[in-house]
Amino acid sequence: MFNSAWNFSATQMQAEGNMRDAALGCQVAILLLLFAFGVLIFGMADQGIFSLHGFLIALVAGFGALKLIDKLTDPDPIIPLEYKDDVIKFGVLACFLWGLIGFTIGDVLAWQLAIPSWNGDLSWSNFGRIRPIHTTAVIFGFGGNALIATSFYVVQRTSRARLASETLPWLVVGGYNLFVLLAVTGYPFGITQSKEYAEPEWYADLILLITWVAYLYLYLKTLARRAEPHIYVANWYYLGFIVVIAMLHVVNNLAIPISFSNPKSYPLFAGVQDAMTQWWYGHNAVGFLLTAGFLGMMYYFLPKASGRPIYSYRMSIMGFWGITFLYLWAGSHHLHYTALPDWVQYLGMTMSIILLVPSWGSVFNGLLTLNGAWDKVRTDPAIRFMMVAILFYGLATFEGSFLAIRPVNTLSHYTDWTVGHVHAGALGWVAFITFGAMYKMVPWIWKREGIYSLRLEAWHFWFALGGTLIYVGAMWNSGITQSLMWQPYEPSGAFTYAFIDTVDAMIPYYWMRAIGGLLYLIGALIGAYNIYMTVRGADLPAPDPRARPLPAE
Amino acid sequence: MEHAKLERHGMAFALAVLGVAAIGGFVEIAPLFTIENTVEQVDGMRPYTPLELAGRDIYVREGCYACHSQMIRTLRSDVDRYGHFSLAAESMYDHPHQWGSKRTGPDLARIGGKYSDDWHVAHLERPRALVPGSVMPGYAFLSQTRLETDHLSVALSALSRAGVPYSEEQIALAEFDAFSQADPEATYDQDLFVRYGENVQIRDFDGDPNFLSEMDALVAYLQMLGTLVNFDNIDAKEIAR
Repeated sequence: MFNSAWNFSATQMQAEGNMRDAALGCQVAILLLLFAFGVLIFGMADQGIFSLHGFLIALVAGFGALKLIDKLTDPDPIIPLEYKDDVIKFGVLACFLWGLIGFTIGDVLAWQLAIPSWNGDLSWSNFGRIRPIHTTAVIFGFGGNALIATSFYVVQRTSRARLASETLPWLVVGGYNLFVLLAVTGYPFGITQSKEYAEPEWYADLILLITWVAYLYLYLKTLARRAEPHIYVANWYYLGFIVVIAMLHVVNNLAIPISFSNPKSYPLFAGVQDAMTQWWYGHNAVGFLLTAGFLGMMYYFLPKASGRPIYSYRMSIMGFWGITFLYLWAGSHHLHYTALPDWVQYLGMTMSIILLVPSWGSVFNGLLTLNGAWDKVRTDPAIRFMMVAILFYGLATFEGSFLAIRPVNTLSHYTDWTVGHVHAGALGWVAFITFGAMYKMVPWIWKREGIYSLRLEAWHFWFALGGTLIYVGAMWNSGITQSLMWQPYEPSGAFTYAFIDTVDAMIPYYWMRAIGGLLYLIGALIGAYNIYMTVRGADLPAPDPRARPLPAE
Repeated sequence: MEHAKLERHGMAFALAVLGVAAIGGFVEIAPLFTIENTVEQVDGMRPYTPLELAGRDIYVREGCYACHSQMIRTLRSDVDRYGHFSLAAESMYDHPHQWGSKRTGPDLARIGGKYSDDWHVAHLERPRALVPGSVMPGYAFLSQTRLETDHLSVALSALSRAGVPYSEEQIALAEFDAFSQADPEATYDQDLFVRYGENVQIRDFDGDPNFLSEMDALVAYLQMLGTLVNFDNIDAKEIAR
């Protein structure tokens, strides 16, 4: 099973050992610096929550450093001859935990709009403060952990190599989840820089940056150890996701902290430049975290689960480079008719429309991969999840290009249509492909015979699909209704509707949306229970050693 | 380059991704800093006073941008409802911008001066008492919370490092200026006009003279939004870029 990559000579072993010590030393140094950083904040902070955040940073970094120092003194570490899956298990559990938190808060927000008294009016409980908990928990907590976990799984299998480090993967998932934790616990206390989907303040951003560099390094090192000549297509997408998110994160979060005693910072850019940078980031967080990363997931788990090869290799190349090039131009379609110069708006619109080509290329490549295995859509709910995910991806990318057209945008912008569009992608594409992949990967890495209950898996599917359709349908209706009510005039020249009339008209849709979200949440709870029972289930019987194939002489 | 070659080199692949992905942002963002007429030259724009800035920080903290935009588009239905379309210059000192992406509530780019201070205070405290059917949360706690002012000097100083033209005097006296803007009894109000210009509004915004509250700051910010540029004497050509 493990051939060339594992046949080290004695000198290679020695060199590898020295490298390992140097790498470990580096990691210890970084963690100690982080520890000092946490202690500094803990000591200087003039707000309780900021102080607590400093403590958390110091705690996690200190714990990590102690663990690593322990390893340094271990003269001859035994690295098992198998894939490194323990860290993936952690990622899977974190993914589901953040997912449930994110879905729950999302539905609470939906109810707050339907029944405003549910805000509680207690500062920390108000819509504006907890909305970023929802977005961060689902995008970074649920989506990010799903991507990190599956990317570790995929890169090892497609490279036939164990992850390139024993400790770095833990640093990556640990640091990443610390970032999410700092972010979501800060929001209720008003710690935010208010840039959508980049709300965390500078100190959390710094931790994500360190984590991300470690992630990229680990990914490239693991690819370099591969026993396959080619890098498999799924890895291109994961790599694209890692590289581009690093670029976006750094540029959009350039900020000047006011001091070490206060979590507040001011972004480096202002006004129109800040707005453009923000939507360049915002649109491509969607493009590379929520799209490219999950296409990577699709390109591995769909062929694997259906037993069919990818339909077209050529199409996957076109799709990959098309998306990588075009997405970054499209952000300005979030700023149509604003004070952003017109040439940038038109450029963004044009590129957004062209973007449909590589997007639908991926859609067809995914769907046609199922040729010869369509019966499994009926019998295997995990494949059904993935198939429907691709349909929603096709729907959402078509809708995205459509809404980027300037006149259409006058109808959709600032309304719930945008919210519906995002959720068609997030609920229908991102989460569906994740659930599909998880239902396959969890039994594989925990070495279970299969998922605990296929019936529950199917129930999860139907709850999720019903919830998504109700949610998206409600938001289409409310968005278009509101926009059409904003525009008509009376013969006298006055507006037909006051703004509050358009709010009143939304209430039935807000109820529908909250109910749709609730269904989705119930589905996810069923899914989490199913995963939990699978993990708790019995191991596969150990393979009979006598049954092992003999090496050819 | 043949793709098969690229697929054999992880590092080269990562660099190729970075290169290809960087082009779009570079072409669309970099010129915004260099092309001069991206941000118009208009009279009246000035940096926020310390009290307005504190109010703006509260606006950011409470996540108001999640439901309110501050960007009036060049559409007729926007201009008729909210006023003159927003100029890039009007957010030139906005670190970060608050253009927003959603109007669950109305646009606020020109909310300044449209309602009285009393209306704002009452509405923020109990939105549905004034606007039945509103889905806005209540912000009564702002009236009872003393405004933190001791960090204002470092805040102004951080902003000046980001390019906002605050003078050393403005930075040094930030805390003092915040208090005096909400104190109509003060005799030193002339200083504020000298430091920030004639269009600074000085009064007890929340109607409670006992202490400087977060409500004072937020209302001071809301009441100046969109009021700085006088559109009567603006060169139409300058705007029609």
